[in-house]
Amino acid sequence: MVVRPKGFRERRQLMDRARVARTLTRMATELLEHHPSLAGLTFVGIRSRGVPLAKRLAQRVAELAGSAPLPVGALDITLYRDDLTMIALHPIMKGTDIPFSIDGAGVVLVDDVLFTGRTVRAALQELIDLGRPDRIELAVLVDRGHRELPIRADYVGKTVTTARDENVQVLLQELDGTDRVALLDRAPDAKPRVRSARKPGPRKPSAGGSARKTGRRTKAPRR
Amino acid sequence: MTAFPHRHLLGIEELEPDQIGAILDTAQGLKEILDRPIKKVPTLRGRTVVNLFFEPSTRTRSSFEMAEKVLSADSLSIAASTSSVKKGETLIDTVRNLEAMSPDLIVIRHASAGAPHLLARRCRASIVNAGDGAHEHPTQALLDALTLRQRKGTLEGLRVAIVGDVLHSRVARSSAWLLRKMGAGVVLCAPPTLVPQGVEQIAPVVDRIEEAIEGADAVMMLRVQKERMTGGYFPSEREYHARYGLTAARLAGARKDVLIMHPGPLNRGVEIASEVADGPYSVILEQVTNGVAVRMAVLYLLLGGESP
Amino acid sequence: MSRTLLLVGGRVVDPGQGLDAARDVRIEKGVVTELGRRLSPGGATVVDVAGLVVCPGFVDLRARLREPGDEEKETVATGTRAAAAGGFAAVCAMPGTRPVNDDADATRALLERAQRAAAARVYPVGALSQGCRGEDLAEYGDLRDAGCVAVDDDERAPVGPRLMRRALEYARAFDLPVVGGGQDPELAAGAAMNEGPVATRLGLPGAPGAAEAIVAARDLALAELTGGRLHLARVSTAGVLEALRRARARGARVTAEVAAHHLVLTDEAVAALPYDTAARLDPPLRSEADRRALLKGLRDGTLDCVVSDHAPHTVDEKDLEFDAASPGASSLETAVAVCLDLVSRDALDLGRLVELLSSGPARAFGLPGGSLAKGSPGDVTVLDPGLRREVDPGRFLSKGRSSPLAGRTLTGWPVLTVVGGRVVFDGRR
Repeated sequence: MVVRPKGFRERRQLMDRARVARTLTRMATELLEHHPSLAGLTFVGIRSRGVPLAKRLAQRVAELAGSAPLPVGALDITLYRDDLTMIALHPIMKGTDIPFSIDGAGVVLVDDVLFTGRTVRAALQELIDLGRPDRIELAVLVDRGHRELPIRADYVGKTVTTARDENVQVLLQELDGTDRVALLDRAPDAKPRVRSARKPGPRKPSAGGSARKTGRRTKAPRR
Repeated sequence: MTAFPHRHLLGIEELEPDQIGAILDTAQGLKEILDRPIKKVPTLRGRTVVNLFFEPSTRTRSSFEMAEKVLSADSLSIAASTSSVKKGETLIDTVRNLEAMSPDLIVIRHASAGAPHLLARRCRASIVNAGDGAHEHPTQALLDALTLRQRKGTLEGLRVAIVGDVLHSRVARSSAWLLRKMGAGVVLCAPPTLVPQGVEQIAPVVDRIEEAIEGADAVMMLRVQKERMTGGYFPSEREYHARYGLTAARLAGARKDVLIMHPGPLNRGVEIASEVADGPYSVILEQVTNGVAVRMAVLYLLLGGESP
Repeated sequence: MSRTLLLVGGRVVDPGQGLDAARDVRIEKGVVTELGRRLSPGGATVVDVAGLVVCPGFVDLRARLREPGDEEKETVATGTRAAAAGGFAAVCAMPGTRPVNDDADATRALLERAQRAAAARVYPVGALSQGCRGEDLAEYGDLRDAGCVAVDDDERAPVGPRLMRRALEYARAFDLPVVGGGQDPELAAGAAMNEGPVATRLGLPGAPGAAEAIVAARDLALAELTGGRLHLARVSTAGVLEALRRARARGARVTAEVAAHHLVLTDEAVAALPYDTAARLDPPLRSEADRRALLKGLRDGTLDCVVSDHAPHTVDEKDLEFDAASPGASSLETAVAVCLDLVSRDALDLGRLVELLSSGPARAFGLPGGSLAKGSPGDVTVLDPGLRREVDPGRFLSKGRSSPLAGRTLTGWPVLTVVGGRVVFDGRR
């Protein structure tokens, strides 16, 4: 059951199930090329969709190398975002769960879509608070451009040119029941997404998919 | 999705069960920060929290201070004694002076029930009640609930006895409301002089401690203040301990896996025998860690979602 | 300006005369001279009261004018203007001023002040004990001669049993009513509201209704013992009503009053806007069972009159934590409307309302008025029983702005007040 964020409609499909699988395999292969010995390699997925992707990537790498399973952790960056109003008023926090030490490790940070780079910045800050990895690399399924910070991915599934107010929706089997990546744009009669002044009180739940990465933030970020 | 759509935390009575659940779940999620090498996250950086304590308290105040520091908030504690208020500066005046610092949140403990509500009506900051007279102490009830939930897996269906000076206890009220909202059964136990009128509307009352702790999953012991003895509520400490004290002998009548909880500080030999307080059933020290986690959760839910 | 006033077209309700009919009322030189139909004006100032209810001028037995000493809370001028706007042609001024009204000089000073500045009649009530300290009797003879209509320690009541007995005995010589009742100080110590489930929920210290029952029982026993005239102030609990009925049945000379707000509010009001200090009152708001019993007591004659219990305070004294706030409300401008609202809801009969606010209080303190019979003082209260209006303390004429009825819509308001043939308040549309 595909849930689209409010006000958006699909422009075109970017990846189907088979394509997602092939892309992950290709990324795993690249990773292996850069890490012929898997010593100290760990995967940390950024919640929410970075987590199943991290698990799959770790699994593919281990399969290709014929090695034992590689450690996978989950990172919740809620407490580190520089502007929490980007998401809902109270993002549901599932918590960070990295059941292994990252000291001296090579961490592969995994997320579904790379956009402004702010999520990755928050993730980097948190990883560094959690331990002292030897190095951190970034793997993303889709890079859609529009960086606001000097951040780049080491492993990219697909690069897509998008307009700022478009939306890249990633659906994954583990969370959404299917594997699919689509490009969404604004429905013609939809009101432009202008952030009004925050009013107290409950907000509607945020829609499914990676909706939070869309739209121009008109509120100045917190310092 | 707004899990906690309130500006203030003034009490448990007005909360819905799912909102209480949101605080407990958030606290659970935040606990791991306290195990990190760097016990700090930048979430409330740039926010100012003032701890305004009109009643002395080391425990609760330092717990709030720690929570504030872990979340990187700017924390300021003011121990305003009520006597300086009597010298002429009212509660409102004291807080007005604070407003110059534009606090985002004020934690207040005061001897008068309703003091936090007065602030909530008059100040722009979010208000957290750290204890108002005999009314409520919501964060204490929440941390006790978190401890209970961790140990027992769930709050629903638990049987909890709250024993002691119910009349003057804000912890008794907050905990009784919280536990009942979360599906636990609560029974209160106190000598008749310390049972407030109409409290049966909150939870049933029994007057023998043996009856209260029989079959209880947890026993919460309330402090008995010495002033109650001189106030004519009870003839002597000796008789109180003999009739209502939690002794090892009485504990034998409880379940094998019963938990003993006490909001502290203990009156050893009065409401609780020393060997019980230090014994294996006691979770008294766990409650301290959970206290910081719960207070972090409250601060996060009240302040974390909005820009300053 | 003519010295004759003619109120035309109204419905006169004067139970004392058994009258509830369309009548015009003529007042000449401050005295009612004629009631009749279609009276000719003959040079009088004509006031059109068509569609309105015309009653004997209402008398409030309990209002605190705060002057001398606490003029920032109220003055004789502002308090009596509020009284007039509230439909009261006369108020009894409580003695707990600074200095206390416990001697003839203080009484005369108050009356002089009233003469110059008051919008309504002022009847001074003298202190029961010197300085209201509860130790020695005040000089009742002098107080009576100077103009006091009763003796009362008011907010500092009750006095001890021995002094209360002496007061009832001594006052007999002057046929002065002694005001009794109150809350037992030991039981009520530290209390901020009525003891009960609401206080328990709110964590506020409460005093039981028994604190009031104890003092009332004591005072009733003393009234029987001494044969003195007792007036029980501010009855707020069901328990007192029973004792009152029994004492009267045994011949005790006792009258009793209730404050208007106790007829419509309960202790739940403290929880409504949580810890709203406007609901901090003395005696505290009680249970629903008490409230209903009080209404019944009004209807069956156990209670003789309704008072405002006007207790104005400054904003500073109310803008505090609940248990630190001063008890009392600004009630002169709402008491009559509260009663009329009860009438609009069929909880009270209009004729009974008029008795409770005019003849009842007049009889209790032996005051002139309470009637529109020929020769009565020219005091008239005119009511619009159908007028719906919200209580807005921001527009009170009183300096006190705290009211537990703020924002409430009441049906039935006083719209015209006449004192001695002079219109002192005109709120007709």
